[in-house]
Amino acid sequence: MTEISVVSLKIDGVQVSVPEGTTILKAAKDNGILIPTLCDLEGLTPYGGCRLCLVEVTGSPKLFTACTTQVNPGMEVTTNSVRLKNYRKMAVQLLMSERVHMCAVCVANDHCELQALANQLGVDHVSFERHFTRETIDSSHDFLVIDRNRCILCTRCIRVCDKIEGVHTLDLKQRSKDTEVIMDLDESWGDSCSCTGCRKCAKVCPVGAIYIEGESATQTKHRDVAEFITERRKRK
Amino acid sequence: MDNNNENNSSSNDKVFEKKIVINPVTRIEGHAQIDILLNQDNTVREAKFKVTDFRGFEKFTEGRPYYEMPAITSRSCGICPVSHILAATKACDGIVGVKPPKTAVMLRRLMHMGQIIQSHALNFFHLSSPDLLFGFDSDPAKRNVFGLIDAYPDLAVQGVKLRRFGQEIVEKVAGRRVHSSEWVQPGGVRWPLSRERADYLQSKLPEALEIAKNTLSMFKQMLNSFNDEVENFGNFPSYYMGLVNSEGGLEHYDGKLRIIDNEGRMVAECTDPLKYQEYVGEAVEPYTFMKFPYFKKAGYPEGAYRVGPLARLNVASHCGTPLADEEFREFKKLGKNGGVVESTFHYHYARLIETLFCIETTKKLLEDPEILSEHVVSRAMVNNYEGVGIAEAPRGTLIHHYKVDNQGRITWNNMIIATEHNNIAYNKAITQVAKKYVKAQQLQEGMLNRVEAVIRAFDPCLSCATHAVGQMALIIKLFDNKGTLIDRQVR
Repeated sequence: MTEISVVSLKIDGVQVSVPEGTTILKAAKDNGILIPTLCDLEGLTPYGGCRLCLVEVTGSPKLFTACTTQVNPGMEVTTNSVRLKNYRKMAVQLLMSERVHMCAVCVANDHCELQALANQLGVDHVSFERHFTRETIDSSHDFLVIDRNRCILCTRCIRVCDKIEGVHTLDLKQRSKDTEVIMDLDESWGDSCSCTGCRKCAKVCPVGAIYIEGESATQTKHRDVAEFITERRKRK
Repeated sequence: MDNNNENNSSSNDKVFEKKIVINPVTRIEGHAQIDILLNQDNTVREAKFKVTDFRGFEKFTEGRPYYEMPAITSRSCGICPVSHILAATKACDGIVGVKPPKTAVMLRRLMHMGQIIQSHALNFFHLSSPDLLFGFDSDPAKRNVFGLIDAYPDLAVQGVKLRRFGQEIVEKVAGRRVHSSEWVQPGGVRWPLSRERADYLQSKLPEALEIAKNTLSMFKQMLNSFNDEVENFGNFPSYYMGLVNSEGGLEHYDGKLRIIDNEGRMVAECTDPLKYQEYVGEAVEPYTFMKFPYFKKAGYPEGAYRVGPLARLNVASHCGTPLADEEFREFKKLGKNGGVVESTFHYHYARLIETLFCIETTKKLLEDPEILSEHVVSRAMVNNYEGVGIAEAPRGTLIHHYKVDNQGRITWNNMIIATEHNNIAYNKAITQVAKKYVKAQQLQEGMLNRVEAVIRAFDPCLSCATHAVGQMALIIKLFDNKGTLIDRQVR
């Protein structure tokens, strides 16, 4: 039996021990400390895109994304300082300033991670200019719809499609603010030959960007699907 | 605000010697101003109703999926979101091309009854009753809902209770009191009504019915003291438009769109909602953001028609519930030509009869065991590229017309809101009232209040705001023939 080495570190002043190779985010979560994130999901490859899980590590002037940084022995991590809270608020506001986020008429209203986080962080306004760009909506699929106006580019859909379903229908095109989630070689979803219609992308979407037509978010959202399937696969 | 008024003035206004501006018009839903234009001898020449809101729903919904329309368009109004939800959903029913199950239709109708009850209660008790109970010339500091609570606490409580009952119907049926768009979907509704909720609503019915009956009898007793207003409050011939059911009875959810003339003759009946444009045209004027719909056959502006409670009772042959029918027969006696009641003042009367009708209909719907069926949706996808939904909102006929592409994304949207239909009539009515009551040499608050009150009688819903609370913000300005401000009164 392989021996697992254990790493000891301090998170918010609390001494914790976790297996080597664990990310700060997971180490914190396993010890009851929740660090906010919009792109990370257990069962999927860490991405580090939303910048909400930024933490401070004593001795380093820079901030680290907790989802992509592995623990080190003797590390002292701070997850909740005034500076971090301000950065997180700013990150949420930047997400909201891009594209169109109108909770009242969104399918994910009350079931949206961005909305919940904004409430939790006390984001009651957006300090940056809002762009209200007009992105395309693709509802050519029989039941799956992508409304790119609401997309925050967390890539959960792409990673769940690649890693869990194994087909990699979804991917990104363009860069920066023009980045878009596309299907196959930028085809309409209804014409995609690789999409199996498994719905996992809609289940893990943190906002209302991918949804199932005619279904409420309560029925659709099942955000631990990747973790669930990964665990089931380990049993074999 | 002053500059704004002058900028709003069209160049045509300059030929008039003086202008009185009422801005904003208070105790209505939305933002508007009234300009009263005077001749050289200080007599009233014309009055104009200017809507200063701009919303833009028809444009910014382009590109959105059709099934989002009930949620988006209902945001145009916080008073009658249910009517928008229903007109939008019916347009979506047309796009998917399915017939919703009977229970879904009953539930939608039930929700609509709740909407009309609460909206009518809001208009009568909160907005209009201060004028009726205290008099048009009374102290404006008292002539509002707080004055009402002070002087007639029992009546105020009844108003609140009746409005609450209406809102509770919407909440119990659709989950939320306001903007309950999550519940509806093209082809039906998302969840059925539970027995507990139906029982709860039934338990509240007797009290609501009692309040409606009492209010109606109180109003009828007061009517004699308003003979002057009845005669002069927008009392003019016009066409009337409203939905009727297959038997020609009062209808709010679905049916034939009927237009009658001022003598009660049916001049048009539209059975296919998609063909509404054969009957209704829309004109625009540069001074207001509100369009001027007109009856196409008669042309603009001769084709002025009215919608809303008064129009609905004028076009219908009966109500269809016992108590409301009794009141309906009495109401019709006020009509001169073939039972057509012309005075805008009687919108109040018609509103109270409708409230009674809605409570009785609620009772009828709740007593039908089929209301509890769990078959509430017919599923389908985009089958038609065009859909029209017509419903009777509390303030009148509401039309939603959508066109979609092959993926169901909106490519074109036309909404005709109930309040718009009455636009030509507003201008006629305020001109009539201003001519009768406004004497420019000796401006008095009560004169101008009457001009506002005729607008209130129509119960316009210019957006989702209610101005029933707070200080009256009426500004009256007098200009001389060089456009110089010579008098300004703020109350």
